[in-house]
Parts: sequence; C-alpha cells; structure tokens
Amino acid sequence: MTELMTQGFLFPNEIEVHWSLMIVLYPYITGLVAGAFIVSSLYHVFGRTELKPVARFSLVAAFSFLLFACTPLLFHLGHPERAFNIMFTPKFTSAMSGFGYIYSFYLLLVLCEIWFVFRPTIIAKAREGHGLAKAFYWVLALGSMDDSAEARALDHRVTTVLAAIGIPSACVLHGYVGFLFGSLKSNPWWSTPLMPVIFLMSAIVSGIAILIVGYFIVMKVRGTEPDEACLKSLYAYLWGFFIIDLTLELLELLTMVYEGEESWSIIAWLLSDKLWFSYTTVQMLICSGIPLVLLGLVTLKKMDPLLRNRLGLISSALILLQVFAMRWNVVIGGQLFSKSLRGLTSYAPSFLGREGILMAAILFTMPFVVMYVFNMILPLWHDDQPETNQA
Amino acid sequence: MDNERRQFLKQACWTLLGGGLMVSGALSIPGRAHASGGRQHLYVFLVDTNRCIGCGKCVAACRKENNVPQESYRTWIERYAIGNDGTVHVDSPHGGEHGFKPLPNAADIARSFFVPKLCNHCKQPNCVQVCPVGATYVSKEGFVLVDERQCVGCGYCIQACPYGARYMHAVRHTADKCTWCYHRVMKGMQPACVLVCPVGARMFGRIDDQRSPLYAVMKQEKLQVLKPETGNEPMVHYRGLDKEVR
Repeated sequence: MTELMTQGFLFPNEIEVHWSLMIVLYPYITGLVAGAFIVSSLYHVFGRTELKPVARFSLVAAFSFLLFACTPLLFHLGHPERAFNIMFTPKFTSAMSGFGYIYSFYLLLVLCEIWFVFRPTIIAKAREGHGLAKAFYWVLALGSMDDSAEARALDHRVTTVLAAIGIPSACVLHGYVGFLFGSLKSNPWWSTPLMPVIFLMSAIVSGIAILIVGYFIVMKVRGTEPDEACLKSLYAYLWGFFIIDLTLELLELLTMVYEGEESWSIIAWLLSDKLWFSYTTVQMLICSGIPLVLLGLVTLKKMDPLLRNRLGLISSALILLQVFAMRWNVVIGGQLFSKSLRGLTSYAPSFLGREGILMAAILFTMPFVVMYVFNMILPLWHDDQPETNQA
Repeated sequence: MDNERRQFLKQACWTLLGGGLMVSGALSIPGRAHASGGRQHLYVFLVDTNRCIGCGKCVAACRKENNVPQESYRTWIERYAIGNDGTVHVDSPHGGEHGFKPLPNAADIARSFFVPKLCNHCKQPNCVQVCPVGATYVSKEGFVLVDERQCVGCGYCIQACPYGARYMHAVRHTADKCTWCYHRVMKGMQPACVLVCPVGARMFGRIDDQRSPLYAVMKQEKLQVLKPETGNEPMVHYRGLDKEVR
C-alpha cells in the first residue's frame, strides 16, 4: 500500500505524515483571530469610524475563534491529557512552549476588551430584565452598574488601551505560529525568515475576508442592507493586505528558485506534482489571481453597489480558500518530501476519526455557534442594543 | 489637532510598549545553551560503510531488543547504487530488515554500497531544542533520550530531526527513536545492533577508552558525519561516506 503512495526514496520513518489536517486547521483558525482583531482595532485604536458597523462583530469573532484555536491541537496530540504540561513544565528553548502563555494572555485581553465594550449593553439588560435574567446580567456586569458619562469615557479609554496592546499581541500570536515552522532548519520548505511575516499577513487577510463574508450572511439573514462605507473600507484593506501577503509569498518562492540550493530540486518536484493542484492551481492561480484583480476593480473603479458587493464577496470567499490552501501547502506540503531530498509521499485525510474531515468541519463550525449564542445574550448589531458611545 | 496628535502619540506609546515587552521576552529565550550545560558526550558510534553487507541483522536485533513497532525504525539500512551515467538509486525495503534483493541491470552500476542509519545523538540536537516540555533530553553521558512519561506526543521533534530518525510510537503515542541501547550500555554491554553485526560495520564505545579499537580510529582516520551543515554535531561518525548520502 505504502509502496504505491510514495515516489523515489524516503527515510523509512517518513512514509506517514505526522502533522495532519488538524495542524492545518490550527494556524487557519488562529489567523482568523488575529485578522478579526486587527479590524476591530482599526476602529477602536485608529479611529476608522466607517468600520463601526463591524467593530463589535469583529471583536466577538476574534474571541469565538480564539476559544477554539487550540482544540485542533488537542485532537492531534498523542497525549492530550498532558497538554497543560506545556504551561506547567515548559522548556523555554522550544518555540512551542510559549504558546500557552501567549494564547492565555491574548484570550484574557480580548475577554477584558469585550467586557468594556459591551458594559453599557450589559447594564441596560440588567436594568430592563426580571428575575433570573436580571441576576444573570448583573453578574455579567460584575455588579458594576455605573454607566454615567464619566464611566463610559473611562471604559472607552480602557478599551483603546486594551486594543492597542492587542495589536502587537495579535501580531505576536500569529507571527509566532509562523515561527514554529520557519525556525525548523530541518525542512527547507519551512525554514525561511519570511515565514512568520507571511503567516501574519495571511492571517490579517483571512480575518478581514471572513468578516466580509460573515457580515453579508448576517445582513441577509436579518434582512437589512449592509453598510456601504464599511464594506468599501474593508475591501480596500483586504486588497492592500493581500497585495503585501501575495508579494511575500512570491518573494519566498522566487528566493528559493533563484538561490537554487540543493533542496530546490525536490521542492520543484513537490510543486509540480503533489502540490500542483493545491499550490499552483488553487493557492496561486485561482484564489490569488482572481481576487487580486477583482478587489483592484472594486477599490479603484466606481461601480454599482450590487456589482461591487458581489465581486467583493466572491473575492473574500476565494481569499478564505487561498489562505486555507496556503496553510495546507505549508503544513502538509512540508511533510510530503523526504529529508533525504530524494522522494515524495502522499497524504489524504480520512473522513471520520479524531483527525478526520468531519471533526475538522465540526471544530470550524463551533466558533460560529459561539457567535450565535453570544448574539442572543449580548446583541452584536447596533440597532439591537441601547445606544452607546463605544462601538 | 493637538488633541488628536496627543491621542495618537499615547496610542503609539502603548503599542510600542506592548511590542517591546514581547520582543524582549522573546530575546531572553536561550538559543543553543540547552545542549551542553554540564553534560559530557562520552560515547561515540562509528559506522563503516565499506564493511556493511546489508544483511539486516542489526535492524532485526534492534526491533527485538527494543520492541520497536512494525513500520517504525530505530535503525535502518539504505542501499545506494550509482549508475555509470551518474544516476543515483536509493532504496531501503522494510528498512533493510530482511536484506536486499539483487538489483537488476548490474552491469550499468558503477558502484553500490550500504549505509546503516540511526539516531545521531547530536551534541546540538534540534529535537531537544524544540521539545516544549523537556521530554526529549540529553543524559549526563550525552545520550539523547525520550521520557515517555513526559512526552505529549506533539511530533515537533519528529519534524525537527533532519535525519528522519524519529517516529510516533504506534502503541505509546509518544515520540520514539534509537537510544544507542542506553539500558544495555549502562550495564557495560554493547548496543544490540553492534553486537549482532557479522562484519564489524558498527562500532560503539567511550571516546576516552584508549584500549578500544574505536579510540585509534577516531584519532587517526578521516571520518564524516551526516548533514554537517545543520550544525547539530552528530556523534555518529561514518567511514567511507559517499557524497550522495544525505
């Protein structure tokens, strides 16, 4: 069986791919966190008021994805019951040992920011509610029912500070995920100083894209028109960050081609064989070329809002696919060739099982369930909530 | 305008402060200090590729001694056949455990040889560096070992090893690899693969044991290591290593 799956020579322990679909999902979800948070910060820190309609949505999206960012790792670990040893008995020479701390710090920060942003809403709900609901919101407000103008001003200042700390935190969180791969000198497909930056840029891009797609879906379900100024701004940011992201990805490849090191021959074989579809066709041609052109048109040309939104939506969906393909091509692609540089192996995820496609789909759906429940408790959309100055 | 600027500066300061703290935290993480700290690399392993006949007894003995699961290898043998036209054919069917069938077109082969492989017990091991819980460590004698009670099974060490020497143990779900038969060596015995090799292609011993034939070889002969460019400083040395071997 394995003989059929491989080409050329592999070290005998390399036939099986060790990091599975779950390890593809992990940086994908983490990237969505970082990207969504950056959008929320563009409003809270940099005063991009046109993004107000999605400010709360982006913050809660970041939180929801963050809650599930680690779950793919737990499903992958040989001993998930020892997972917390990474925090309790860490070895700091390992890039991986920092994850627990970075993740926990960031989760706490996002949670605090959400509390300050939603405080007026929580207080209003506590006041208008009865019985258990009233008690629930009172607990959620931590007993602090002061929503005077001074209190709100203070909330606003704290939110700004938290968001400002959150930006480098988001960058560290995802740059760090790229570093996990980029710092492994054993693998020429991973080992590049550009890797953390590429991961960071693609994270921002995927976060913006999922907010656009999510915003459209929510507006459709609610039967309301999306905010055109907000969308135009999101398209422009998406285009800008995507140009940087794609440039870095191409620069990485160009450097490998130009340097032509010993490892290039196996990488060229990998790209023209095992990754021909997922890298060359999906990641680079379809899901990069089309959005690049469409978003350029959407941003630079005056056009009918309906057409603009359709093109923007198509581009965003393609970019989500592009970033997933990028994660796949990095994580799986890097394991498909032998460290002997003489052969290729194969990988196809199973449908069922702990690390299968179904489990990955369930895990990816969970953040959306969290967002739905969150919206039932604390409305994400401005016409559902008491007027606030914050978001 | 002034207020806006003040606000901007305030925000920029916070951003820089947050970023600065994180960068300084990252820089305080030691790089390569992990490997040597008070430990000595007392032992060395020598593989003589000129002697190996590819019989596979070493692979079988290793599996039996260490209860290695099927389809996983603590040691294996690679066969290289370099054609007259320069083409390189490499194979290692079942890690060479059952020996090798003769190659077809023998007349077209300029040279062929066998290369036994195993964990290099490097002085600067990547696997030790990347293990997030310290489950992979260097013993005081210089053996790179895995504590299966600590290993979380993340597989980072498997990715980090440039030699493909590690695998995920199918039963224990922890990383596993050659220990140079640490349990035997500490009792004064030789590793199982060394013991069973019928042609003396594998030699093992203390670097400072002047009575050992290994001592003279290490001192006097030109030896090579695998992938020296990684800076891992392997403690498995090879005699007669061909340039095609990686």
